[in-house]
Amino acid sequence: MLSDNKSPTINHIPGHVKHDGHNMTGFIIFLCSESIIFFAFFVGYGILKVTAPVWYPEGIDGIAVKEPLINTVILVSSSFVIYFAEKSLHKKNLWGFRFIWFITMLMGSYFVYGQYIEWSELSFSLQSGVFGGMFYLLTGFHGLHVITGILLMGLMLYRSFLPNNYKGGEMGVESVSLFWHFVDVIWIILFVLIYLWQ
Amino acid sequence: MLVRGELITPPSDLFDPTVYNGLYTMHGTVMLFLFLFPMLSGLTNLLVPPMIGAPDMAFPKLNALAFWLVPVFSIILLLSFFVPGGPASSGWWSYPPISIQNPLGKMINGEMLWITAISLSGISSIMGAVNFVTTIIRMRAPGMGFFKMPIFIWTVLAAQLLQLLGLPALTGGAIMLFFDLSFGTSFFRIEGGGDPVLFQHFFWFYSHPAVYVMVLPVFGIFSELFPVYARKPLFGYKFVAVASFGITILSLVVWVHHMFYTGTPMWMRNLFMFTTMLIAVPTGVKVFAWIATLWGGNLRLSTPMLFCLGGLFNFIFGGITGVMLATVPVDIHVGNTYFVVAHFHYIIFNTIAFGIFAGIYHWFPKFTGRMFYEGLGKVHFALTFIGATLNWLPLHWAGLLGMPRRVASYDPEFAIWNVIASIGAFILGVASIPFILNMVSSWVRGKAAPPNPWKAIGLEWLLPSPPPHENFEDDIPTVLNEPYCYGLDKPFVQDEQFYIDKSFKKH
Repeated sequence: MLSDNKSPTINHIPGHVKHDGHNMTGFIIFLCSESIIFFAFFVGYGILKVTAPVWYPEGIDGIAVKEPLINTVILVSSSFVIYFAEKSLHKKNLWGFRFIWFITMLMGSYFVYGQYIEWSELSFSLQSGVFGGMFYLLTGFHGLHVITGILLMGLMLYRSFLPNNYKGGEMGVESVSLFWHFVDVIWIILFVLIYLWQ
Repeated sequence: MLVRGELITPPSDLFDPTVYNGLYTMHGTVMLFLFLFPMLSGLTNLLVPPMIGAPDMAFPKLNALAFWLVPVFSIILLLSFFVPGGPASSGWWSYPPISIQNPLGKMINGEMLWITAISLSGISSIMGAVNFVTTIIRMRAPGMGFFKMPIFIWTVLAAQLLQLLGLPALTGGAIMLFFDLSFGTSFFRIEGGGDPVLFQHFFWFYSHPAVYVMVLPVFGIFSELFPVYARKPLFGYKFVAVASFGITILSLVVWVHHMFYTGTPMWMRNLFMFTTMLIAVPTGVKVFAWIATLWGGNLRLSTPMLFCLGGLFNFIFGGITGVMLATVPVDIHVGNTYFVVAHFHYIIFNTIAFGIFAGIYHWFPKFTGRMFYEGLGKVHFALTFIGATLNWLPLHWAGLLGMPRRVASYDPEFAIWNVIASIGAFILGVASIPFILNMVSSWVRGKAAPPNPWKAIGLEWLLPSPPPHENFEDDIPTVLNEPYCYGLDKPFVQDEQFYIDKSFKKH
């Protein structure tokens, strides 16, 4: 249709835009928006903590920090581990990637397990005043994100066995690892708010 | 119309006051979340890709998902009329403690369905916003830098960023409300040490910007249409573009003006009075730019232009009452009266809905390939303008005299204003008849539309009417100038004539 001689412009060059690689942009925008929900919860936590007449439910004057701290160390270090997994994928070391990736998954699962132990040992519930509600809301909402992250990693691990999986780039692995860093950062803030600020 | 029917006489005689509570809650929610939001996102979805020369949105599947959530949450919302206890009746803002009462003790109740529907609509809007922002950032035509984008695209970008920043806060608040209502937590319960005002902060942090989410694309439509029908370049293009972002940023810091009498400290009141008035600056920039565009222009008073002019006129009026309300003493005096109702209907209907109608008429030929009937359009405009003015203008007086909002029965001294308002509402109802008639009949058997019936500048007008599935397919024009150079002899795209010829050929 370009060589049409009825066209007044003879030397017309068609304009082109390549449309790929939007997924990462979209995903980053989504994460920014997601962080606002957490931000809203954090602000709510802060305001309630400062203003509430009764903060801890009766019979409780704080929560243990030791086990959650171990959990925190594991989750935060998994963020470095996943970085090395991503790096070995860039170097085309597929088995190295799978192995380190799987270690990250194990560390994430340990975190969820530790969280479960902590929940089952606590003497207050969702209904125990503002603190009870806030505690379970924040840790639960974050826990859901950790579980989502582990499931996504599982999906990426499965996909790494498919032929030609990385032909269109490593966008899946990159965004899951970004998500994992995000979950980590949120946990650090959460840890400071709930466990350290007592 | 039912609401106004009730209010035509002072005592509550058409329905029970409880039903009335349910009705106004649902009226607010349905109108915002089921009418204005979907209408606007439909329009922007249709317009954004061709206006920036993209084949489609960045994530078509995500888009489809966001769209199909709309009927899902609509059904959930409307179902709440049939559950025991009736629909949510705590007003569209759903303040605790009223909203966390659950007198019947049932798990599924009107309020719970309301929260679910609102959260789903929030998820759908976030998906849409991610899509719009990515599309606009990544998929513009070659040469279309940010300062060559149409103003409509600027305003959509500003509005969608606002969605991304504000909506999660509301969703967070709604989740907490849901827990309070259904699982016995006490975030907002005073008995358990919670703070009901906190919810108001969450709610208004999003819900005031929500007004700007709706009004910004309408400002975009005004900015697109005035130059076309005045045959003049848009006055101060860059200022109008940047003002959109001024509105976005400021609108995130004005929310407390809805809470002037909920015991907020004085410094907060003064601060938010100031920011609220400050927002009049970028808006004022836009209004003056539009007036300057019209000034000395060669106006063509076709239907879209009439709606734009009507909308602008009403907006100036609604804006002035807005600044009045921003003043703390005035707000405390008239707050919760019909003055507030009148103010926001002037913005929501008389400006936003007018803008949407203008946009629909303006781009109707482009997307259907048919011309609409100008006569019917003008009848629609006349009836709408008269009806809207009769409906909401008198309520200002009723409000100033002290008529409280959200009540089914009122003092007889306000009767005269309410009779006029109800007549106006019925005229508005009638006004939709010529509109629907026009749309349906001209879509079916209207005159075939040329590619550019309004002689407008813009990428979408270089496409055939209706545009092909992938818009420009593999030959996207290279943009040279912003699309407002009417009469300036500056080409809009490279090889403009080639694309114009091409748009006729496909027809």
